[in-house]
Amino acid sequence: MKKQKCIREDDAETQINPFDFLAEEIVFLILDYLQTNPFDRKSFSSVSKSFYSIESRHRKTLKPFPPTTNHRHQLKKLLNRYPFVTHLDLSLCPRIPDSCLSYVSNSCGKALKSIDLSRSNFFTHVGLSYLVSKCVNLVDIDLSNAVHLNDTAAAAIASCGSLERLCLSRCKSLTDIGIGCIAVGCLKLRVLNLKWCLGVSDLGVAFIAVKCKQIRSLDLSHLLITEKCLPLLLKLQYLEILVLEGCCGIGDESLVSLKQGWKSLKTLNMSYCENVTHVGLSSLTSTTTCLQNLSLAYGPMVTLAVSECLQKLSQLQSIRLDGCHVTCSGLKGIGNSCFSLKELSLSKCSGVTDDGLASIVMKQTDLKKLDITCCRKITQASIAHLTKSCGSLVSLKMESCTLVPSEAFVLIGQHCRFLEELDLTDNDVDDEGLKSISRCSQLSILKLGICLNISDEGLIFIGNGCPKLVELDLYRSVGIKDAGICAVAHGCTALEMINISYCENITDSSLISLSNCSKLNTLESRGCPLITSVGLKAIAVRCKQLTKLDIKKCFNVDNSAMISLAHSSQNLRQINLSYSSVTDVGVLCLGRVGCLQSLTILHMEGLSGSGLAGVLLGCGGLTKVKLQSSFRSLVPRLVIEQVEARGCVFQWRDKVFEAELDPKCWKLQAEDIEF
Amino acid sequence: MLTNLSIMEQKIHQLQELVQLIVGRTAKSSISQPNELLIQQQQLVTADLTSIIVQLISTAGSLLPSVKHPHLSADPSNVSDGVLPNDDNSKDNNNNNDSYTNKNMVHKVEDQSNESDHMDVHEEHESKDDDDVDEGENLPPGSYEILQLEKEEILAPHTHFCVICGKGFKRDANLRMHMRGHGDEYKTPAALAKPHKDTGSEPKLIKRYSCPFVGCKRNKDHKKFQPLKTILCVKNHYKRTHCDKSYTCSRCNTKKFSVIADLKTHEKHCGRDRWLCSCGTTFSRKDKLFGHISLFQGHTPALQLDEHKGGGVTVGVHDQGNNNNDNNLEVPKDVGFFDFNFNSNGSGVQMGGDPGACFSPLNMETCNMNGFQEFPRSLFEDSDSFSFLVSGSCNYLWKNGGESSSKDLQ
Repeated sequence: MKKQKCIREDDAETQINPFDFLAEEIVFLILDYLQTNPFDRKSFSSVSKSFYSIESRHRKTLKPFPPTTNHRHQLKKLLNRYPFVTHLDLSLCPRIPDSCLSYVSNSCGKALKSIDLSRSNFFTHVGLSYLVSKCVNLVDIDLSNAVHLNDTAAAAIASCGSLERLCLSRCKSLTDIGIGCIAVGCLKLRVLNLKWCLGVSDLGVAFIAVKCKQIRSLDLSHLLITEKCLPLLLKLQYLEILVLEGCCGIGDESLVSLKQGWKSLKTLNMSYCENVTHVGLSSLTSTTTCLQNLSLAYGPMVTLAVSECLQKLSQLQSIRLDGCHVTCSGLKGIGNSCFSLKELSLSKCSGVTDDGLASIVMKQTDLKKLDITCCRKITQASIAHLTKSCGSLVSLKMESCTLVPSEAFVLIGQHCRFLEELDLTDNDVDDEGLKSISRCSQLSILKLGICLNISDEGLIFIGNGCPKLVELDLYRSVGIKDAGICAVAHGCTALEMINISYCENITDSSLISLSNCSKLNTLESRGCPLITSVGLKAIAVRCKQLTKLDIKKCFNVDNSAMISLAHSSQNLRQINLSYSSVTDVGVLCLGRVGCLQSLTILHMEGLSGSGLAGVLLGCGGLTKVKLQSSFRSLVPRLVIEQVEARGCVFQWRDKVFEAELDPKCWKLQAEDIEF
Repeated sequence: MLTNLSIMEQKIHQLQELVQLIVGRTAKSSISQPNELLIQQQQLVTADLTSIIVQLISTAGSLLPSVKHPHLSADPSNVSDGVLPNDDNSKDNNNNNDSYTNKNMVHKVEDQSNESDHMDVHEEHESKDDDDVDEGENLPPGSYEILQLEKEEILAPHTHFCVICGKGFKRDANLRMHMRGHGDEYKTPAALAKPHKDTGSEPKLIKRYSCPFVGCKRNKDHKKFQPLKTILCVKNHYKRTHCDKSYTCSRCNTKKFSVIADLKTHEKHCGRDRWLCSCGTTFSRKDKLFGHISLFQGHTPALQLDEHKGGGVTVGVHDQGNNNNDNNLEVPKDVGFFDFNFNSNGSGVQMGGDPGACFSPLNMETCNMNGFQEFPRSLFEDSDSFSFLVSGSCNYLWKNGGESSSKDLQ
């Protein structure tokens, strides 16, 4: 089918051939508009030789799949084809040995500006120093999760003087010495992420502050730093974003002792800073006046005193108070402040009452985003105030607001017409509510998981009213049947993600209609026993961008579905086949899916050790494989070692076979666990 | 008391005889052949003389309680008389000239030919010297007594000498134990008794000490003179500030000390300096290293070398070029052994060495060549030819640091 399409385009070109008259720059401009769908570019390049070469020269970003990087000649071919690549994303390749890195640096050379090694392993300081010595114009290096890298590697990076962005999160072997090298070598650094670099202490951070004067954004999450480095951090005159998440060493005394604040700071994240209370906060806010975004999640109790601290921040736009204990007076104080909030998160806050919430939403009428997840005390009164005063709300997350009655959701639809994101998971919303919500024509994310009162009737309204819907979550909303899904599939053709897990009444016809949404990349249909290979085949053939598929407990899915998936869905990255009827043949077919990264296989009766070994060896890019522990003895040890050497992690599970519960019963059980 | 005095008398007689001999010799030779040989002989003789005088002083010092107080204070001046010509003449004469003209606290001998005469009238001079000292006493408003020991006295390894065999001792008690072997007269309780502190009727003045090095802040002629409290202070100060550092740390082969106690203190901590800068400077504390690198542009923390080896070995201490250079600048006159090495071989190392090479893992493989297994040292010290050229390697490291280090010095 693909070939036919190409030929058709080819014909068109030979007849008219308008591109001959266009300068290459103009074709480049046209190509700039083809960024959204990778297939468009692919088709473009297969039109003709000239198009192929134009596309090669135009491409700036490359994200190779593992088979390419594992074989030298393929990598050579790829890098030769795209000589002007400036950004190399190796996040799909778990195994990047030094040799590969040195080859990349040789062939990309000075053109390379940015490289992402955040998911890669097996490279050392030798490869890095080679990379840095060859690619002298590197601006951005992502080395997150490189737990094996030590100070020697940091010293290698330090010779990259042009570096502006460096991400070192979870480089746990790094110490102050390495950071010191980087600080001296990379004086142009603007963005530095040191999250979870537990070896880095006050000295290293202070030294960064002394040397790298250009820093705009600094992430120091979970570092064991104290007040000692703060005075030096204050001297970073361009610092705009500072993340101090989980820095337990910073307490009230540290903040009180600061003589001045950050004049330039716009975003401050102090979540999980347990030792900070209103005392320290008061000192901080009186000096750091430009703050626009502040996160105090899982921090101090939000009382009147805290809200008084916040009142000093006249430019404040966003506050995150997730997981804090909140008092009514505190919320009132925030409501009465002079700033005008755009974003407020009270997710999982205890103590949020109708009174408190109402006092905020009535004053802060410009609110665009509100998160009141798990505020279990609020009722219709809050929602009424909210909908009445905050008409411009764009995002509303209110998962598990269990006291809110169904009538309240009608109000949301009536007043908040500009909603783009709505999370109603685990609420009492019903079809009337959905009918009202369907008026929000801009809606792109709608989560209706565990809404047991909704049915096809409501969903049909959504399908008709929300054409921009991109993400729809119907997890365990058991009232949904094929009719609803079909309406959504026809109305919302932009749909990219859908979760119909445990909607037991859904059949193949839903999937066939969903195959209409060509952009679909995530399909979670866990626990839909009526689904068969026929439906999946339709999805596989028409949804080329499918990357994530969960068909756990779809007992009727068999090998034929796998065969068509292997044939059509070459972009599949993640698949869960547990409890399905797939056997060796189907699993072996999956071995042909080049970029498969994650594979979960539990309780599959028809699978043998050799079949599993086949798929393991076939998929070169596997990074995570979850298997029944009984397979451990069935798969040859050498195979496992081989796959592990490629950078794959095995997770052996010993789960007992679960029988499916009645949905109502499941919810009761979940509530039992919760309380 | 009596025996001691008799010893004194004996001693003085011996001295007189000796001096007469010398006078005869010097007179003869100075007329006939004023050449190098004569000077050498003279110096030899005066050296003998000095040692005898030092012995005398020590004996006198041990007799302190029985002798009048000013007696002792006069002693240093006598010593200076005898000692002066010993030394490198021009310098010390200058010293003495200065002090003579200014305060005349200590009796001076400027002319070498006069020396023997002064020796002859040693006893007579004592009273005169006392006066001098007394005169000097009323100079400062704090009205403390300033004593200035001469260089040789300060540097003398022993302060107590046996009058019979000439053996020297550091402690008076050890000398008395030794004296027992020379006869029964030394075994009397009086001879063995610990000499008591002076209980003279005169009001005791606080004693303070001056360093004989002219221009030193501890020298009494200095504008902002700060006296030293005890003889021990004088000794340590003089050795530390004005002497060659002849004790080298056997661990790092880099740090040098002139006071052996300092060396011992250093050796306790030597090898613990784990924090290394790219300029070669080492620090015992990480924060000191970071203070250093944040001060100087271009200095980076150097990787700990043990990482390359994988073992638990720590990095050997490499001395600061800076410190040594400072010292060399302060004492430019003394061209000693180490300084000579510094000048001659230091440059050789600079040329031969590759500054970047010393931190590469490759070089560290050969760390234990010299047998210092606990404290592997880097490239420059590994090669046998350089292992003893302490200053040379210092300079090498200093060179590594580049321009900023030299700025630091100035």
